[in-house]
Order: sequence, then structure tokens, then C-alpha cells
Amino acid sequence: MTNAQDVLFRTLADPTRRALFERLCREGEKTVGALTARAGVSQPAVSKHLGVLKQAGLVRDRHEGRQTHYSAQLGALAPLIDWTSQMAGFWQSRFDHLEDLLKRMDQ
Amino acid sequence: MSGTAAGMRSVVVEREIPHPPDKIWRALTQPHLIEEWLMRNDFEPIVGHRFNLRRNPKPDLNIVVDCRVLVVEPNKTLSYTWTAYDLKSVVTWTLTPTSTGTRLRMEQSGFRPDQKQAYGGASAGWRQFLANLEQVLTRID
Repeated sequence: MTNAQDVLFRTLADPTRRALFERLCREGEKTVGALTARAGVSQPAVSKHLGVLKQAGLVRDRHEGRQTHYSAQLGALAPLIDWTSQMAGFWQSRFDHLEDLLKRMDQ
Repeated sequence: MSGTAAGMRSVVVEREIPHPPDKIWRALTQPHLIEEWLMRNDFEPIVGHRFNLRRNPKPDLNIVVDCRVLVVEPNKTLSYTWTAYDLKSVVTWTLTPTSTGTRLRMEQSGFRPDQKQAYGGASAGWRQFLANLEQVLTRID
């Protein structure tokens, strides 16, 4: 697995963090306050999770007055969505198996 | 990896292999040999033949790829469709003899209908993320 995928999986492994991200995906831009109201954790905890999501590139923040608005960045999921990179890894390993088999066929 | 048309993408893996084309051809076309390096299958080298590739990387996980043979040119070219999840693609094997063996090239070109929407619509993107997460997990075997 690539490093980019590691970061995404690690970031989304936390259920609270994943729920925040899913909500931003479904409902669009939200303030920290609006997210806290239904997150089941305190506002500092929500802010901390949003910081981790931001570092992974999964959310973007926008300041407006005293409010910070967060939105999901679906482009950050590209390392997981790109089937070509997944299949390239799959075929490289199949080629390895094929070469092993060809060696055995000699015997 | 290259884009050949809008929404069309491909994966190319190419290797110099120190074995002759006819031997590699056997490994690519005989079911018991295909199973050893790729997956369980009911392949037959007949144009139009439909077959499945199957594997169970985990006890509760069953992967099935739907395929149909498109091209059979012994020791030269083998091509079949490869449909799994929401990915419709074509896999083409090309064997070129070299002084030391064979240059073996695999190209998988495909088109995923919802690929464009993945970045446009949040729900489509999320659904696709989960489908792909599943695919990534199946690779860890």
C-alpha cells in the first residue's frame, strides 16, 4: 500500500472522524459549531479531528468572521479511487507468480 | 498508465521473461496453469467463450471476475474482457520473441461509467470510496 493510502486509512480509521467526514460529504460545508451539535463529542475534540482531516487533505477550512467553515475534499480520496494504481499493483504481483510458475515448469 | 479517450484509462505491465513464447502461452491459456498464477477459472482458448476468474482471499470474501475471450492468436496475442465490481475493462496479452526469451506485455484498458461523477457528487464519491476500500482489502492476501 502506498504512503498516501496509509495516511487516508489511518485518518479515516477513527469512527468519530469518519462520521464528521461523511457528514461533510453528504451535507456540504458546515461550521465547527454545527458539526459539534451532532457529533457526540466536545467542540475542542471536533476541532482536533477536523485538524487531522485537514492535514490528510480530506477537508478544507474557510474563515468567515469568527466562524470557521469546513468542507470535504473528495479529490483527496483519489489514491483509493484510482483503479489503475490498484490494478497495476495486482498485475505486478501476478507477473511475479507467473515467473515463479514458468521456472517450475522447467523442472 | 495513459488516457486514450475521455474516461478511458489503462494499466500496462511489461517484462522481459527468459522463457520462450510457446511456454508462456501455455501458462496463459491452460486452466490448471492459469490457476497457479492468477485465479481459479474455466478458461478455454476459444473466441466468444465466457468464463469466470474466482478467488477467496478470505473465507467470507468471494471475488468473481466475468470474462469473455476476444482474441486468440497462439503464442502472440490473447485478449479477454474483465468485468468486476463497477470496472469494465479489456485485458490484452502480447508476446514478442526476443533473443533471450519473450517480452510479455499486459494492457488492461477500462472505463468506469461513474468515474467522472466520483469527484462531482459527494454521495457517488463516497459510495465509490467504499467499493474501492473493499477492493484494496481484497489485495491484501
